[in-house]
Amino acid sequence: MIYAAGVDVGSTQTKAIIIDAKREIVARALTDTGANVTRAANKGFAEALSAAGLQREQVAYVVGTGYGRYKVTFGDAQITEISCHARGASFLFPNTRTVVDMGGQDAKGIHIGADGDVKDFVMNDKCAAGTGRFLAHAAEALSLSLDDIGEIAMRAKNPVRLTTVCTVFVESDIMSYCAQGKKVEDILGGVHGAIAARTISLVRRVGIEPEVTFTGGVSRNIGMVRALEEKLGMKVNVSPDSHFVGALGAAIFALERAMKVSSSEFRVPSSTRDPQPESRN
Amino acid sequence: MAQAAEAVKTTYQGQMHLLQKEIMGRYFERLTRAANQGDGKAVYMLISGNPVELVLAFDMIPVYPEINALQLAVKKVALPFIQKAEEMGYSMDNCAYVKADVGMFHSGRKTPFATIPLPSLILCNYVGCNVYLQWFEHLAEYSDGELYNLDIPFLHGEFDEPSAADITYVVRQLEEVIEACERITGKRFDYAKLQQIVSRSAETGEMWAKIKALTQKTPSPFDAYFDSVTMMAPLYCLRGTEEGLRFFETALKEMEEKVELGMGPLPEERFRFVIEGPPPWPYLRQFRDLFSKWGAVAVASTYSTVGGLWEFGFKHDFNHPLESIAAHMLKWNLTNRSFLQRYEQIHRYVKEWHADALVIHSVKSCRLFSAGQGDMREHFTKDLGIPTLLVESDIEDPRYFSEAQMKNRIDAFFESLEHQKLVRSEKVRSEK
Repeated sequence: MIYAAGVDVGSTQTKAIIIDAKREIVARALTDTGANVTRAANKGFAEALSAAGLQREQVAYVVGTGYGRYKVTFGDAQITEISCHARGASFLFPNTRTVVDMGGQDAKGIHIGADGDVKDFVMNDKCAAGTGRFLAHAAEALSLSLDDIGEIAMRAKNPVRLTTVCTVFVESDIMSYCAQGKKVEDILGGVHGAIAARTISLVRRVGIEPEVTFTGGVSRNIGMVRALEEKLGMKVNVSPDSHFVGALGAAIFALERAMKVSSSEFRVPSSTRDPQPESRN
Repeated sequence: MAQAAEAVKTTYQGQMHLLQKEIMGRYFERLTRAANQGDGKAVYMLISGNPVELVLAFDMIPVYPEINALQLAVKKVALPFIQKAEEMGYSMDNCAYVKADVGMFHSGRKTPFATIPLPSLILCNYVGCNVYLQWFEHLAEYSDGELYNLDIPFLHGEFDEPSAADITYVVRQLEEVIEACERITGKRFDYAKLQQIVSRSAETGEMWAKIKALTQKTPSPFDAYFDSVTMMAPLYCLRGTEEGLRFFETALKEMEEKVELGMGPLPEERFRFVIEGPPPWPYLRQFRDLFSKWGAVAVASTYSTVGGLWEFGFKHDFNHPLESIAAHMLKWNLTNRSFLQRYEQIHRYVKEWHADALVIHSVKSCRLFSAGQGDMREHFTKDLGIPTLLVESDIEDPRYFSEAQMKNRIDAFFESLEHQKLVRSEKVRSEK
């Protein structure tokens, strides 16, 4: 049996997926990235291997993705998370034409074709508004767990209007609403609505064509799923594996390459092999 | 600009690059002599549609604060000057060219490439940018130089062609500039000399147009963005001189030889792109490498037409020197043209230079050049179906460049182009 793996080293968390030749997921692993990116990549992969009960040699091909993809030193190739999210999303939901990805520091929109290829994409630039970090700050300001805020936001009856989508200044905005005696659910309703609106206006630049698939860590937040659906006026695909979509797409690329390598007609384009920078970790 | 050659030496160093270094070195020595020994009168000018011929007719020295600023960025010494200007009160959002130059001006005008002479004449020859106008007003305030603002009507909408009245309006102002130059230098204006300079400019422009036509070939003999910047400094500082003319002869010959040999700037040309916007000077080499890695070569660039657009038929006219200088300033440079004309220019490049894609480099501290690029991206992707990538950093301020973000976008863009190429070639194979 051939196995292939994808390791997505994100700004906040590292995700690893191992699939078999039938494209079935045999293991998942999730770990915080932290400061030592190489260690996080190794740890994520090792945990996935042990969950699958596999040895390193049994995995024929590994693709690294995410910001830390060049630190996946054991990987055979690196592919951007834009291509990987597109691939993973269309694998989970074959009719996907638009991917909305919200990660720790990234928000992006990807327009994809019928065969899962990237037609166009757009990302936030040097500003964390509309990303997971914004929600983390909001949760922190209210002394709540990040995992709970989505549920609470769904109970909002009169969501507040935030005056900022700045990740740094949201805290003072929230404090002033607390001081006015606003309900926590209404504040969180406002937070989710603001982020959804901001992300949708970003994604509109590539055009929103159904079906829309929501990926990345923030897709685990049910409040954000509902806020997006409400603002888009359409259903949004979310899988229990949405958080792992980048790693999954990388694993699928890896499997395709492993198959071609085994049939020896495939050459890895040199472009995907960057010179490995000296590791400082 | 002179040092751009040095910044990209990982790829190739041709005769053209070496000669450029030599002649621009001499030009900068001349600036230092003028600064230290008062040898020659300096005229500060802007790149956009520059009337360098007029200045040379009085043996004055053209100095471009924009070139000074970008040189500081390429040499990676811009930031302390930018910060100095910010301390003086220039805003964080202000054009970083202005800040680097003003900071340098107030630091003894000493740079790693030259000491910049004080201006005798501050000739603001482009009014399309309000910030630039004020930049030159500030320089006049900081020095004893005489200020002249040349008002060049902007081409827009139905006025894509300058009218006869526009030409007369500009020529009349050029005559006033001539009077100012006579006053400053104590020399009488020599019409025959201007004609001679203009005729050398005409020849230079013609050769530059021929050089640019060569990038229509596959592979392109040079990179029309990263190598064009090497040719732009002589084009603006030495156009109309014998030395400038010899440089373009050498460059043309070298590029023709490369075409003959089927040589390009990279070992393999896999993608051809058109690029809009000025380069991120503080990270020029890193930026180039992000494309080189994919075998991507720029075959045309709008940036190389800021100082003048020669590839679509413009030529200075020996018989009408002032009128042709006016036409150059009004119509034959990128920045004085409307955005729709810019669309048309880019579209011609994509078609006639056989490009796969368009890349837009947007400049954070220059909203004037960058405003509208979002619509441009949309027009090219959605209306024309041309894959377009928009990335953003800055021309001068190193604080706006995020290599990880830049790399991510460029890699993803070429990954998708590569995929489309693969799908196309598989289709062709299956049809056979």
